[in-house]
Amino acid sequence: MGRRTPLYDQHVALGARMVDFGGWDMPVNYGSQIEEHHAVRRAAGMFDVSHMCVIDVRGARAAEFLRMLLANDIARLKQPGKALYSCMLREDAGILDDLIVYFLDPRWYRVVVNAGTRDADLAWMRERAQTFDLEVRERKDLAMLAVQGPEARSRLASLLTPPDARSALGLANFFGAQLGEWFVARTGYTGEDGFEVMVPTDGVGELWKQLLGLAVHPCGLGARDTLRLEAGMNLYGNDMDESTQPLESGLEWTVAFEPADRAFVGRAALEAARDAGGGRKLVGLLLEDRAIMRSHQRVQTSAGDGTVTSGTFSPTLARSIALARVPAAAAGVGGQVQVDIRGKLPSARVVKPPFVRHGRILVDL
Amino acid sequence: MSNVPTDRKYARSHEWAREEADGTVQVGISDHAQQALGDLVFVEVPEVGRQLQQGDACAVVESVKAASDVYAPVAGTVVAVNEALSQSPELVNQDPYKAGWIMRLKPSAPLAGADLLEAADYATLAEAG
Repeated sequence: MGRRTPLYDQHVALGARMVDFGGWDMPVNYGSQIEEHHAVRRAAGMFDVSHMCVIDVRGARAAEFLRMLLANDIARLKQPGKALYSCMLREDAGILDDLIVYFLDPRWYRVVVNAGTRDADLAWMRERAQTFDLEVRERKDLAMLAVQGPEARSRLASLLTPPDARSALGLANFFGAQLGEWFVARTGYTGEDGFEVMVPTDGVGELWKQLLGLAVHPCGLGARDTLRLEAGMNLYGNDMDESTQPLESGLEWTVAFEPADRAFVGRAALEAARDAGGGRKLVGLLLEDRAIMRSHQRVQTSAGDGTVTSGTFSPTLARSIALARVPAAAAGVGGQVQVDIRGKLPSARVVKPPFVRHGRILVDL
Repeated sequence: MSNVPTDRKYARSHEWAREEADGTVQVGISDHAQQALGDLVFVEVPEVGRQLQQGDACAVVESVKAASDVYAPVAGTVVAVNEALSQSPELVNQDPYKAGWIMRLKPSAPLAGADLLEAADYATLAEAG
């Protein structure tokens, strides 16, 4: 038996198919994964993401610590509540995890990391925090829901007091705020608008029921995966891991090389990779034929072989889409490659993710 | 609770086989199997004329999440495939025992002799997991 979130019994009561995910028993769907996917693109869906790990980093030197720890630069966060996406790297620039960090106040940052890496991340952070005199606290008292879709924000806000609802609806993209007992952030992993809400574990069941009452569709990890892949977002452990670096994972935009004097873990290795050029790139693929790309399939290109890192059927496009790591020389948008699907070699076109954002298809079919 | 019609036999790998009036055998996957796979989005059917041994992987059903092989429940030659599945793979989910059939075989031996389960025994197996 795996670890369970506070909503486990509710998932089972709704008829969810439960699977192991990073040591957690999580719902993969509640019936139809495709219906759940469309609910998020068209109206509102919710995901139990309480398996993810909320870590509060507090102390006078919190900012200094995080500027050393992360590849992105939290000095970019000027306003309280603002969030930043970053990789946490090893010295050789292998990716330990991807995470979101919220700037709450100059002595308090909140970091949200993946479920499968939580224990390793905590150990890594605590070891490096030792000389900074910080508190690195795992917030096991908080559960988290992602409420996503064009109708998501208004439905969640209807559960708040009028002043808190105004504050929530006033949040700019990638901002969060503490509203009563809830920390509400305008973030997500679906390519749609929405909120991620952190609430005390003993109150999350009630919130879940209230959202069900507002016709917010419960969605499992299956829909979460197709939504994030359509949105062109990486999944840690599939599209990147300790053996891959940000520059070969489509994450150049998350590495802050400037200012040049900021020493962060992995910087020297990243600079060497950047200066060497070449290497591999993570690209989007759109299959031209009828079949479905899956992770680990071989990608045949004019510059050598690559690998599908995530592949699926896209419910929005009704076509197969993928992320794939290919030789840099074959990474140009519009290029043709072949994907080895059970010995056949159907053609795929290299495209620039995202495939879908805010309900709209962004690639030429 | 999945549906297990008694007018056909079942393989332990979750295919069904039903003898038709003309002596051919129609093949598909069980209701239990389609439920476990979830929404199907692609079905790869075998080529007509292909000779199959019992247990050969001969078709692929893909859900959003994963691809699964379909195994020949009896030996024989493929005489027809369900062309409708190329445009509507969801037929397997909606109607696994009729409109969602996958292929028809001309069996190389009588169905009665094949190592297949009766509906009641298959229902017990499906129930167990």
